[in-house]
Amino acid sequence: MSHVKTLQSLFKRYRRPGDIVFAWIALIVSVFLLLQLADQTVWKNGGKLFAQPRFWPAVSLACMVFFAAFHLLGSALSERIPGRWREVWLWITSLEYAGWFIAYAAVVPYGGYLLTTVVFAIALTRRVGYRRASTLIAAAAAAVVIVLLFKTLLKVNLPGGLIYEALPGGLRQFMLTYF
Amino acid sequence: MLARWDVMLALFVGSIGGVIIGAIPGVGPAVAIAILLPATFSLDPIVGLTMLLGIYGSSMYGGAIPAVLINTPGTAVNALTSYDGYPMTKRGEAHRAVSLAYSASFWGGIFGIGCLILLSPVLAIIAPMFGSREIFLAALLGIILVILAHRGQIFAAGMLAMFGIFLQTVGLDAVTYTQRYTFGFSFLSSGVNLIVVVLGLFALSQAFFLLTAPDNSPDAKPVSGKMTAGIKELMKHKRVATVASGFGVILGMIPGTGEFTAQFMSYTYAQKTSKTPDDFGKGSPEGLIASEAANNAVPAAAMIPLLALGIPGEALTAMMLSVFYVHNVIPGPQLFQNNIDLVYGLYFALIALNVIVMVFLLFSTNLLTKIIRIPTRFLGVLILLLSFVGVYSLRNSLTDCMIAAGFGVLGLILKRLNLPIVPIILGMVLGGIMEVKLRSALPRLKTPFDMIDRPISFILFVMILLVLALHVRTLIKEWRAHQPEEDHDMHDSQLR
Repeated sequence: MSHVKTLQSLFKRYRRPGDIVFAWIALIVSVFLLLQLADQTVWKNGGKLFAQPRFWPAVSLACMVFFAAFHLLGSALSERIPGRWREVWLWITSLEYAGWFIAYAAVVPYGGYLLTTVVFAIALTRRVGYRRASTLIAAAAAAVVIVLLFKTLLKVNLPGGLIYEALPGGLRQFMLTYF
Repeated sequence: MLARWDVMLALFVGSIGGVIIGAIPGVGPAVAIAILLPATFSLDPIVGLTMLLGIYGSSMYGGAIPAVLINTPGTAVNALTSYDGYPMTKRGEAHRAVSLAYSASFWGGIFGIGCLILLSPVLAIIAPMFGSREIFLAALLGIILVILAHRGQIFAAGMLAMFGIFLQTVGLDAVTYTQRYTFGFSFLSSGVNLIVVVLGLFALSQAFFLLTAPDNSPDAKPVSGKMTAGIKELMKHKRVATVASGFGVILGMIPGTGEFTAQFMSYTYAQKTSKTPDDFGKGSPEGLIASEAANNAVPAAAMIPLLALGIPGEALTAMMLSVFYVHNVIPGPQLFQNNIDLVYGLYFALIALNVIVMVFLLFSTNLLTKIIRIPTRFLGVLILLLSFVGVYSLRNSLTDCMIAAGFGVLGLILKRLNLPIVPIILGMVLGGIMEVKLRSALPRLKTPFDMIDRPISFILFVMILLVLALHVRTLIKEWRAHQPEEDHDMHDSQLR
C-alpha cells in the first residue's frame, strides 16, 4: 500500500476531465507509429547511425512512447474528475466545425471567394445561434471586408470561382482578379 | 530601409492591428500571425517581417486593456496584469491602471530593444563561432528547456515536443531520398507543412474552441482621465520597471522560458522589495509595472537567438523563422555579415512600433473597449473565415485544409485539457534544425567527444547537464517537501 502511495505522490498532478482518454489515445498512437518504424523508414547499409533516415523518427517516437506512458500513468494515478465523457463529446462536436471549414474550402473554387465567404459567414453565424438581422448583416459585412483586404488589396493567392466563367468578358476578368 | 512607404504602412498596420488583436480576448498574436503569415509571403522580407513584428510587439499592449478592465487577459501573458489591474479598476482607478500598464509596456519594450542594439556587436562576434555542432547543441538545449519549462506537465510537454520532432521527419528525406512515414500517401511525400500545422493548432483550434463554448460578450466600461498620468507615476517606480525589463531580456533570450517566467520572477522581485508587499494582488501599481515591463521586454530579446543562431525560443519567433526562410533570408551566424541592413531595419522597426502603439493608445483606449465586446462565437466565425485565407493561400490545396482542420481539433483538445501547444511547433522547428546540423557535423566527428571539443559546444553541453541536474534536484526537493500540486493554468487566459 505504501508503494502505491509513493507512486501516487510521484506522478499525480492537476488535470482536467477527459485527460485520461487523451492520454490513452496518445499512447496508442505513439506505440502504433513506433511499431511502423521498420515499414515506414529504411536503413541504409554502411551509413553512420546518426545519419540514418530511420534515426530521428526512431528517437522521437521512442521518446514519445516514454513520455506518453508516464503521462498516462500520471493521469491514472490522479484524482478522478467527473465529466469525462461529456468532455469527449465536446471534442467530437468540434468535428462539425472542422467539416464547415473543409466544406468552405471545397466550395470556394466553384462559388468564388466573395460569394462563398458571404454565404458561409451568414450560414455559420446562424448555426452558432445568432438570429438578429443586425448580427447577420455584420457577418456579411465582415466577410466582404475580409475578401477586400486579402483578395483585392493584398492579392493573396486565392482561386477565382468557376461561377465567374458565366459572367461577360470584362466583368469576368475583374471578378477573377479582385474577388 | 524604414523610409519606404510600404515598410511604414506595414509597420503601422501591424502595430495598430496588433493592439486591436491583443485587446480582443480569444484572438491573440499567435492566431493573427498564423493567419497573416502566408499573406506576407508575397511581400518584401522587410515589409512582411515588420508587419508580423508589429503584431508580435504590440499585442501585449492591447492585452492589458481587458486584463485591467474586465479581469480577462487579452493575451495569455497579460494574466498577471489582471492581478493588480482589475482591483484598481474596481476601486475606480481604471484609467490609472491602464495608463500605468501602457507606460510600463513602453519602458519594457524600449529597454529590450536597447539591449538588443547594444548586444549586436557582441552577437556579430560570437555568432560566427557557432558551427553545426554548436547549433545542434543549442537546439537540443532549447528542446530540453521547452519541456522543463512546463512544470507539472513535463510528460505531456515532452510527448508533444517529440510529436513535433516526429512530424518534421514525415515525407521525403532530403539526403537519402527515402520516404518516411508517408503510408503510401503522395500528399505526405512533401512532408507536413509547418504553416498548416501552426494555423491548425493556433487559429482553427481557437475558432473551434470559441464556437463550441457558450457565447459570451464581456462588458468593458469606457475609461476617463489623462492617459499620460501613468508616465509620471512610472518614474516613481523606475527601479521595478528596469529590473522587470531586465528579467524580460534575460529570460526572453533563453528558448522555452519567455514571458511567463520573466513575469513571475519580476513580480516576485517587486513584491519582495516593495514597502507595501501586502498590496500585491489587491491593486499594487508596482505589481502592474513588474508584469507589463517584463512582458514587453521579451519580444526584442527573443529576436536574439532567432537572428544570431536561427533558433526560435517560442511559437511566435518560430513562425517568423518560416517567413525568413520563404524569403531566402537564413537567420544565423551569417545574417550579421551578409544582411546587416535587414537586422538594423528590424531594430528600428521595433522602436518605431513601440512609439506608434504608445501614441495610438493614448487616444484610442475607449475605442478598444468597444472592440472587446465582440461576442465570442461571432469571433469564432471570423477566425474560421480568416484561417481559410492562411491555409488555402499557401498552395491552394484542399488537403492542406483537411490537415489544418485535423490539427485544429487536436489544438482544441489540448486547450480544453490545458496542455501546451507550443512544444509541438518548437519540436517541428528545432527537430529539423537538429537533424540537419547533426548530419552536417558528422563528417568532422571521429569520436562522440569531438562533439564537445570546442569551447562553445562544451559550454552548451555543460549547460544541458546543469539544466537537467537542477531539474532533478528541484524534483527531489519538492517531493521531499510534499508540496501540494499547483494548477499550472497559464494557458487558461487564452481561452476566455
